[in-house]
Amino acid sequence: MTALTNPAPRRTLLAHLFASLRGALPVVVVVAALLGLWLAAVAPMNFRLALDAAMRGGEDVTPATPDEQGETGLVRLMIDNPGVIPAAYAFERPRLPRPQDVVVEMYENTIGLARGCEFTGWGAGREHWTGLSEGCLRVVNNRRSLLFHAWQTLAPTLLGFAIGTGLGILLAVGIVHNRTMDLSVMPWAIASQTIPILAIAPMVIVVLNAVGVQGLLPKSLISSYLSFFPVVVGMVKGLRSPRGMELDLMRTYSASGAQVFWKLRLPASLPYLFASLKIGIAAALVGTIVAELPTGARFGLGARLLSGSYYGQTVQIWAALLMAALCAAVLVWLIGAVERRVLDRMGLAR
Amino acid sequence: MSVIQAKNLDLTFQTNDGPVHALKDVSLEIGKGEFVSFIGPSGCGKTTFLRTMAALENPTGGSITVNGMSADEARRNRAYGYVFQAAGLYPWRTIEKNIKLPLEIMGFDRAEQERRVRDVLQLVDLEGFGKKYPWQLSGGMQQRASIARALAFDADILLMDEPFGALDEIVRDHLNEQLLKLWARTTKTIAFVTHSIPEAVYLSTKIVVMSPRPGRISDVIESDLPTERPLDIRDTPEFLEIAHRVRDGLRAGHAYDD
Repeated sequence: MTALTNPAPRRTLLAHLFASLRGALPVVVVVAALLGLWLAAVAPMNFRLALDAAMRGGEDVTPATPDEQGETGLVRLMIDNPGVIPAAYAFERPRLPRPQDVVVEMYENTIGLARGCEFTGWGAGREHWTGLSEGCLRVVNNRRSLLFHAWQTLAPTLLGFAIGTGLGILLAVGIVHNRTMDLSVMPWAIASQTIPILAIAPMVIVVLNAVGVQGLLPKSLISSYLSFFPVVVGMVKGLRSPRGMELDLMRTYSASGAQVFWKLRLPASLPYLFASLKIGIAAALVGTIVAELPTGARFGLGARLLSGSYYGQTVQIWAALLMAALCAAVLVWLIGAVERRVLDRMGLAR
Repeated sequence: MSVIQAKNLDLTFQTNDGPVHALKDVSLEIGKGEFVSFIGPSGCGKTTFLRTMAALENPTGGSITVNGMSADEARRNRAYGYVFQAAGLYPWRTIEKNIKLPLEIMGFDRAEQERRVRDVLQLVDLEGFGKKYPWQLSGGMQQRASIARALAFDADILLMDEPFGALDEIVRDHLNEQLLKLWARTTKTIAFVTHSIPEAVYLSTKIVVMSPRPGRISDVIESDLPTERPLDIRDTPEFLEIAHRVRDGLRAGHAYDD
């Protein structure tokens, strides 16, 4: 009866649902395909390990000796020993874990860490500001927590990104306004990006440590080293984007260089800046993780990657990688959100 | 009293294909309150001449004075408003803010800026569009906004480079009519580049016919049409006679190879 008297809202709701499902479909298909590929790859990746285990467990395998197995191709081995394939999916420390193992690892090292988590109500004092019991906070302040490590990486990333962006903008302004800088800075900026960051990261840490700089800053500097470059390139392009006529107009007003900068070049460069910032923040995150690798950092996603590889904990490596990817996605999305807001307010979003 | 005075003006651009004589031996006087049109085929130097008046180009020979001083001094004194071929409104500024741009640069105070924006928006018939962004307006409205921007700081001279070139006939007629009314009201000196004969004849008190390679003035026609010009004046014999003379001048100066 309601459907007869008032059918419109139901239909639009359905249509809306359908539309959003259709919009999500390509994403779902691609994700499913990737997961399928991953799952399919698990068997061949772990098969030799599985065969080894099966042999030691006294099962009959063809060929029978490890030497012969070593000389046989993987495909042949899998065809001859199909019974071993399920075992390839059930390893404690596989070469390639199943995707669900990684998801479980991520859960156990984040939300799964909570012990007796309940809402206690807000009260006075620092320890009560969240309104949650002590057990909840284990999710973020436990050394095992991926969120804890993610923050250890994110904080220097954000600082490095801020330093890199500021430096990049300053250099771009200099390049656009000063011919000497135009000729001299850009080649150095390009050269700086050809040096493997992995090679100079330990030196930066050691040198800064020698002069007493510790904590966030060393990691941030390495991350800014990667993030300033896209900002310089994008900003130079953006500041030079005003065409002849737009500059001529300023000339007819007899505008000063500063006025041309603030009223024309800078606003014209903002769309370019945002495009650069998205690349820059992803580069900053990579920079921080790379800075953690050769320096024996104890905390951070890079440290998790490193300790995972020391102890053959592939699941831990994958979980850290996935967390890093999530962080990058969120950061890029955040910049996109700011971009939409700013450009919309400037009347530049169509 | 002449507002703009050019004497034996030469301008040669050095290009990769050798020198291009954009202007050769150009002499002209424009009196106060005149409406002077420059007409000619592309490459005849009419835009270059206008840009020279605005000190956007430097002549390689001869002299040009604007308001009795050098063109560059006149530019620094903000002696003219310039309207480009395209509206060239800054897309991140609303119409109002675009018109305020020269006022901000020239240091008018806030109240004065508001007052002037209101006045010129009314002058170009764009009241109520001040808060819109350029892309929300039609091409004709954008061009009117750019004229308002050139008028806002109330320079005595208005230099216009084919401002209606990209607009359709009907909009163009309408804007021509409005421009004439505006000129009559403000008594500005206007230099106007066009390649439309009816537009030149309809608007001007003086028509300068130019010809290319090298760019030079081939004829200067004083128009004796009345100041009051309805659009249908274009069908009168007097109008057609002047138009005819312009056409002849264009043909004479145009060295076709056939």
